[in-house]
Amino acid sequence: MHARADAADTAPNWPDDIFATLQRFDVRQVPYVPDAGHSKLIQRVLDSSTMRGIPLTTEEEGVALLAGAWAGGQRGVLLMQSSGVGNCINMLSLIPILRFPFLTLVTMRGEWGEFNPWQVPMGSTTQGVFELSGVQVLRASHAAEVPAVLEAAAAQAYNALTPTAVLLSQRLIGAKVFTK
Amino acid sequence: MSKANLLDRRQVVSTLLANRKDVVAIGGLGASTNDMCAAGDHARNFYLWGGMGGAAMIGLGLALAQPKLPVLVITGDGEMLMGLGSLATIGLQKPANLSIAVLDNEAYGETGGQTSHTSAAADLVGVARACGIDDSRAVTTMAEVEAFAKAIHEVSGGPRFANVKIDSANLERILPTRDGTYVVNRIRAELGFQPI
Repeated sequence: MHARADAADTAPNWPDDIFATLQRFDVRQVPYVPDAGHSKLIQRVLDSSTMRGIPLTTEEEGVALLAGAWAGGQRGVLLMQSSGVGNCINMLSLIPILRFPFLTLVTMRGEWGEFNPWQVPMGSTTQGVFELSGVQVLRASHAAEVPAVLEAAAAQAYNALTPTAVLLSQRLIGAKVFTK
Repeated sequence: MSKANLLDRRQVVSTLLANRKDVVAIGGLGASTNDMCAAGDHARNFYLWGGMGGAAMIGLGLALAQPKLPVLVITGDGEMLMGLGSLATIGLQKPANLSIAVLDNEAYGETGGQTSHTSAAADLVGVARACGIDDSRAVTTMAEVEAFAKAIHEVSGGPRFANVKIDSANLERILPTRDGTYVVNRIRAELGFQPI
């Protein structure tokens, strides 16, 4: 059984804040590779009449999808966890070349009390990979700062075409633990 | 090295685009994007010079954003093999206005003609069908190409997939613009979207 040490007992509200911001910015396509930390937001998207949740087999599909969506006049956001960022690297080259609005929300693993050593290498390089690839990184570590961080990220991504990743810290989503 | 019974890639692509009307066409990295340019530059052509494996997903994003427009992805076997998972993603979303045509020469033509997986083992039509793209065709004649070219305009009948066996001749390169931002903004302008 999976459980979140900090967050398993009470459903957090910050995914609702994210959803509201995305809705306000008229985000229509939401490609994702599932993560427990994104589960509430994914459910909100799948229940929405204005957004389309699009499950991917691997994260780089989402980068290409967002390029096509923009050519067709729609905004999107890519939801993934930190391990998926490495899968995206070459496809991130589409962003400066095609110049489309890129926003991704990344739930972090491999930090803040991580129990699984296999998550640590990619979790440790997630921010560096983004920055080397020309994607600006913002971070939210506490529920109270999520609305402001999301607002800033969406504004610069969609209004200024500044490629932006928001890292949702493991401190925010709760370190994952396995219990028997 | 070309075999007599295989189709000419330029003839295939010019047939697919001959009566294109409002079709938005995406050309995958490699000779496919050149073939699209050779058939005539067009404001609704989306030429890729990179992002290998991404052509079908760009088509999906466009098709979902513009459900009334026929969207056609034209790519090669190597480019499609790199994005096989996208066939599963498309099979799940079932965009009725999206068509994918793979120009299958069973080789990586741009890099020296090394054989690809379709030369001996991989069956892309089988993969597409198994991923839920019910209209998946193995195309070996120009009559079948013409039938697919007509079907593309049926925006309620997709998604559809065609694997077209072409010869492996290396043709003169007809190079499209390499300016991706220009290409995207030209398509957006065609569809009525303003610059930011």
